[in-house]
Amino acid sequence: MDFLAPLIVSSLGAGLALMISIVDAIVNNYGEVEININKGKKRLKVKGGSPLLQTLAAQNIFVPSACGGRGSCGVCKVRIFSDVGPYLPTELPHLSKEEMASNVRLSCQIKVKKDLQIELPEELFKAQRFKGIVESIKDLTYDIKEIRIRLVEPDSIDFLAGQYIQLVIPPYGKVEQSVQRAYSISSPPSDSGHIELVIRLVPGGIATTYVFNHMKEGEIVEFVGPFGEFYMRNTKADMIMIAGGSGMAPIKSIILDMIDRKIKDRNVWFFFGARSKRDLFYVELFRTIEKDWDRFHFIPALSNPNPEDDWTGELGLITEVVDRYLMSKISKENEKEAYLCGSPGMINASIQVLQKHGINKIYYDKFA
Amino acid sequence: MPRIDPFSLLIASIFTSNVLLSYFLGMCSFISISKDLKSSNGLGMAVTLVMTITTAANWIVEKYIIQVWNLSYLRYILYIIVIAAVVQMLEMIIDRVSPALYISLGIFLPLITVNCAILGVALFMQLRNYSLIQSIFYGFGSGLGWWLAIVLLAAIRKRIENAPIPAGLKGVGITLITIGLMAMAFMGFAGMLPVQ
Ligand SMILES: Cc1cc2nc3c(=O)[nH]c(=O)nc-3n(C[C@H](O)[C@H](O)[C@H](O)COP(=O)(O)OP(=O)(O)OC[C@H]3O[C@@H](n4cnc5c(N)ncnc54)[C@H](O)[C@@H]3O)c2cc1C
Ligand code: FES
Repeated sequence: MDFLAPLIVSSLGAGLALMISIVDAIVNNYGEVEININKGKKRLKVKGGSPLLQTLAAQNIFVPSACGGRGSCGVCKVRIFSDVGPYLPTELPHLSKEEMASNVRLSCQIKVKKDLQIELPEELFKAQRFKGIVESIKDLTYDIKEIRIRLVEPDSIDFLAGQYIQLVIPPYGKVEQSVQRAYSISSPPSDSGHIELVIRLVPGGIATTYVFNHMKEGEIVEFVGPFGEFYMRNTKADMIMIAGGSGMAPIKSIILDMIDRKIKDRNVWFFFGARSKRDLFYVELFRTIEKDWDRFHFIPALSNPNPEDDWTGELGLITEVVDRYLMSKISKENEKEAYLCGSPGMINASIQVLQKHGINKIYYDKFA
Repeated sequence: MPRIDPFSLLIASIFTSNVLLSYFLGMCSFISISKDLKSSNGLGMAVTLVMTITTAANWIVEKYIIQVWNLSYLRYILYIIVIAAVVQMLEMIIDRVSPALYISLGIFLPLITVNCAILGVALFMQLRNYSLIQSIFYGFGSGLGWWLAIVLLAAIRKRIENAPIPAGLKGVGITLITIGLMAMAFMGFAGMLPVQ
């Protein structure tokens, strides 16, 4: 009789598993539903049951997501006009009161169960999946690398200087799932067969550890993009640009793009903040640009120079330097726009300084 | 089969033989969730639902599988498999039928799979030889009893939040003492309606 026991346990297990599958097939079958994007601009017929983020990705519409749908980055925001139920506890930490009032939801947390009316930025229709080959990996500083990728499939990209892509990091070591992380493109749009990235190592970070320790020249990488609202606005206003660390990336792209497009009639002040000289990079490049573009000013500033740095440039936190320049060196007459990029701390502090000087057109990408 | 009518069994399992306060089953979630009244209510509801259904399901497994094949040594495993499967199916059904309830239950529903009160009630049901009807009432009543106890505790904890409690007793310490006092109070019901 003893041989019966495992048989019975497994049959009961199998029976229950079968029941679960049947319940799953019946209960989780939402049939075909329609997603209506931007009031009928695009209508998708999809199978219901999966989160909106993945459902859209399966239709080649890539809503940006930095955490891959775990509900921790808060990047995958989409406006949903159909009733999809109350806000989930996982959404609340990422949404402000204003966003909730205007129907913003986290697309990775909302399951597609019935016809939906949603709104997406038009630019997302242009985002697509790219394959490229890592052409070179260079050290810019001890913790920042420049990655140059040659596009293979498709072999060119159309983007606005300042936008970013989502790099796909394959599983490696103990990281079992592929993740995506946002990186700004540092090369200009004119170099459409390549993209360059400037990546700073976050100790213990999944993507940056991969880039620093595992990525090899010649390797094939994938990314999706382009995304983002951080690009140059076509006005005549003076530009105040502030960056720290890898926040250099989109600003470099914008400046190179302005040179390509011969937009040299705007005044540009580019403040770059670093601790000591070993955190500075691309200084030569910007000094050369300064030489033949008289309205462009490059102002690197060190907050904590080492004695051997022999530093004669600006000293202090980048916000203090910006404050000084706005007070005395930059003409108050022209209208001004600010472009900021870097850590949330730096951006928040910079916004305060800029607003103090009456600058309210502020565009930024927070690297978090 | 004991001769106790299902209705008495229901009352008894809520008050006189409360799973939590007389048998101290399901303590971990009892202590950790009772910090907050709303979650306590959610969990209480989920426990009641799952307990009622799994006790009935396990009664069927007991009667038609375990007893027929003489498998009493596999009882724990079989009961737990049934509980896990029922919780799985309930999760899917609730998500479909009432997303609002699903959200308010949140993480509690899957956690119930490992709540020892659920297994305890099923084992008592078997030990005491209840009939199917009795088991259903017993499971439902025990769930209500668990729900009552956790809501009471949450209310008390809310009240003593700002009380001058010695530093070393704050948090779990004072909660355990409170539970002890609640258990003693419930002991007062004990003689009224014995269930065995
Ligand atoms: C629009 C946008 C553009 C970006 N562009 C760039 C870019 O051009 N270059 C670049 O280097 N990065 C950029 N980032 C940041 C980048 O997307 C990653 O967040 C960063 O590289 C860390 O990824 P990771 O996988 O290595 O770390 P994770 O595994 O995500 O994080 C590991 C730990 O580090 C913390 N952490 C995450 N990011 C940072 C950070 N920046 N500083 C300190 N701690 C952090 C996390 O909270 C976590 O605890 C951008 C981010 C956004 C949203
Ligand atoms: S993808 Fe990160 S929160 Fe949705």
